[in-house]
Amino acid sequence: MNFFEIFDFEPAFDLDVNTLSARYKNLQRAFHPDQYASANESQKLLALRKATEINDAYATLKSATSRAEYLLKLAGLDISHETTTVKDPSFLMQQMEYRERLEDISALSDPYDAIVAFEEELEAEQAELEALIGRELKSAHYEQAANAVRKLKFVNKLQTELERLEDEASEI
Amino acid sequence: MAYSDKVIDHYENPRNVGSFDKNDPQIATGMVGAPACGDVMKLQLKISDSGVIEDAKFKTYGCGSAIASSSLVTEWVKGKSLEEASEIKNTDIAQELALPPVKIHCSILAEDAIKAAIDDYKTKHSS
Repeated sequence: MNFFEIFDFEPAFDLDVNTLSARYKNLQRAFHPDQYASANESQKLLALRKATEINDAYATLKSATSRAEYLLKLAGLDISHETTTVKDPSFLMQQMEYRERLEDISALSDPYDAIVAFEEELEAEQAELEALIGRELKSAHYEQAANAVRKLKFVNKLQTELERLEDEASEI
Repeated sequence: MAYSDKVIDHYENPRNVGSFDKNDPQIATGMVGAPACGDVMKLQLKISDSGVIEDAKFKTYGCGSAIASSSLVTEWVKGKSLEEASEIKNTDIAQELALPPVKIHCSILAEDAIKAAIDDYKTKHSS
């Protein structure tokens, strides 16, 4: 049973996260150890395994990035532990500029407006990449989809760094 | 995870940080990124007319191992021909810095940055 089947979904990138969360909560309840208090040891073990699998599946499908990686894996292209480097110069140049912008923001005495503006840009970029990933996966263009996922990971990283800056700024 | 002394040394005192003018015909620029960690690396080489690397600078946004790998590479390539520089392997970098397996991709990034810079130089001088 693959992660999509666990939640009764067709394997597809477009997925309603609210429906996923609702189904996750139902399954989590059904396989909760409390439900197996009077069961025998092998049943308890089975339920525990199932609960773990449900958690893994939910964590994987909830995020667009890991959901795309999982779909690629199902299609025979495992990029989750790859060490491939990205060499697209214009994309990397932009990443460098983004990193420099992060440095500039961290030097500001009142960084909030700059953080919010940057956040909005990154979210727009994520939405664009996710739309592209959806289209490429739908047309079974796995290499192109994988490239878009790799780019999405850079944007995710920037977002994490930006969130860290925001936390630091709110501590002062 | 503990960093080796050499990684810490390069991280705290990175050699050759900075940039050259990428439009200068003597300058080769290599840019690479590692999706696994979102690290970005820019390596620039200043190449003499006889094809020897006279100087190198880098700018890396990433973890300590990525910074140490690029810093080390700028030291190693100086005085080398393009041919010799292209022979630097990620395993040499990883070994010198005693990188743990989870950080091997940082050394791959540095090796690929040298290759990308050399490719850039060849493209610049092919016409």
